[in-house]
Amino acid sequence: MPVLLEATLKSAVLLFVLLTGFAYLTVLERKFIARLQARIGPNRAGPFGLLQPVADGLKLIFKESVTPAQADKPLYFLAPVLVVVPALILFAVIPVGKGPTFQLASDINVGALYVVGVMGVAVYGITLAGWASNNKYAALGGLRASAQVISYELGLGLSIVAVVLMASSASLADIVEAQMPGNILGWFIFRQPVAAAIFAVTAMAELARAPFDLVEAEQELTAGFMTEYSGMKFALFFMGEYVKMIAVSALFTTFFLGGWSGPFVNEFPALSVVYFAVKVLACLLLMIWTRATLPRIRYDRLMALGWKVLTPVAIANVIVTALLIVLGVPGFGS
Amino acid sequence: MGLKDVLTRLPVGFLTVLKTLGRKPVTIQYPEQQKPMSARFRGRHQLKRYEDGLERCIGCALCAAACPADAIYVEAAENTNEARYSPGERYAKVYEINMLRCIFCGYCEDACPTNAIVLEPIEFPTGYTRESMIYTKAMLLEPPPPGVPDTPQQTPPGKYDRAILPFPPIDESV
Repeated sequence: MPVLLEATLKSAVLLFVLLTGFAYLTVLERKFIARLQARIGPNRAGPFGLLQPVADGLKLIFKESVTPAQADKPLYFLAPVLVVVPALILFAVIPVGKGPTFQLASDINVGALYVVGVMGVAVYGITLAGWASNNKYAALGGLRASAQVISYELGLGLSIVAVVLMASSASLADIVEAQMPGNILGWFIFRQPVAAAIFAVTAMAELARAPFDLVEAEQELTAGFMTEYSGMKFALFFMGEYVKMIAVSALFTTFFLGGWSGPFVNEFPALSVVYFAVKVLACLLLMIWTRATLPRIRYDRLMALGWKVLTPVAIANVIVTALLIVLGVPGFGS
Repeated sequence: MGLKDVLTRLPVGFLTVLKTLGRKPVTIQYPEQQKPMSARFRGRHQLKRYEDGLERCIGCALCAAACPADAIYVEAAENTNEARYSPGERYAKVYEINMLRCIFCGYCEDACPTNAIVLEPIEFPTGYTRESMIYTKAMLLEPPPPGVPDTPQQTPPGKYDRAILPFPPIDESV
């Protein structure tokens, strides 16, 4: 099969899966949070509320798209795109199953770097949205987003560095292989628990999800950076957030939960995709559970946690990991 | 919050939330399920009847006068023995309540000399248009008791001369 055709087909399938996943992730979140709060959740649109995303989507399509008169128009229109595109292209390097068949850009050797870079770009969309809207709430939301994401990117990147050290490769496929598919104790969440914890916390802050959703803290900032966005442009922000949730869960799975590994993957390669999906779903449920549990953290504490706790601990973790590898401690290095 | 708190108290919080999964949802799915309302709840108005099927309302419009929201409109007409709606001379030919204006204060109940209008704990008025929120007499009037003819009725002369029944005669023997 020509490479171009193969890549196009894979992208189409991936986009379809991600967009459907986004639509149903919103329902899953609303349903699961409702259950965690002794409520029922959406159940009117279709059986068990399964047509809810269709109803929401149609509503947003038919909404009037208002542009503020004083908005910086080109940036105002560019911002939602800048949020969605990085979220979607994050998946290019993630191996969703065994072998090159299940990877879009097959196994580039700087996968981990690419991930950190693309995740860093996503914040521009939010900051620009805050700037271009010409609205004080949006501007504050955008500023918070940039400060928050810059602070937490360090911890995130350093926790990935520990993983890269363990696998002695920045390729995501190699990182999965390094977790010794077949043995659950080989997963980096057991060999690098500190890095896993830091990744989980910083990734949640990077996503600007509860308890780190100061970017859109509705009590203070109405809707933060999306205050002036309506209709499909709002839907794009929404999509960006949820697709990024899926992407970050996929990254956590890849880095710490052994990726697609599981029993019988050598006999049935298709099974690896199922394992991957199940692990991603577990991460998503954990994220939703966190949102249902924790209140929003105060802004100065958010900064303090990022700079005074997570970043130093992540640096220490990298140093200790490197030492252990150099000393040849069993279980470290390859 | 130190590390000790993160390791000990945070899991407790997470588990507390997770325990809720086992609880029955408290949601009442409104149109299908409804919470029982108090018997004295001031819901939608209902125009009452006597046991013989005649309407209690005599079209005096005291309710309209008492209404602080000016939500009630009454137009009276003459009763005859051939076509009798209510005891006495007059009945309400038109009786309309604008449910968008009504504040459900219950003053109309208090003003009514015949206890014809009562705020009952029945379904709350809803509608898609302003016009549909003006409730007419046909919508407000309760159905006649079983086996009793609807109004207008043909009645013998002299039986229903008075709109409001006099107090029963005082029993002198006691």
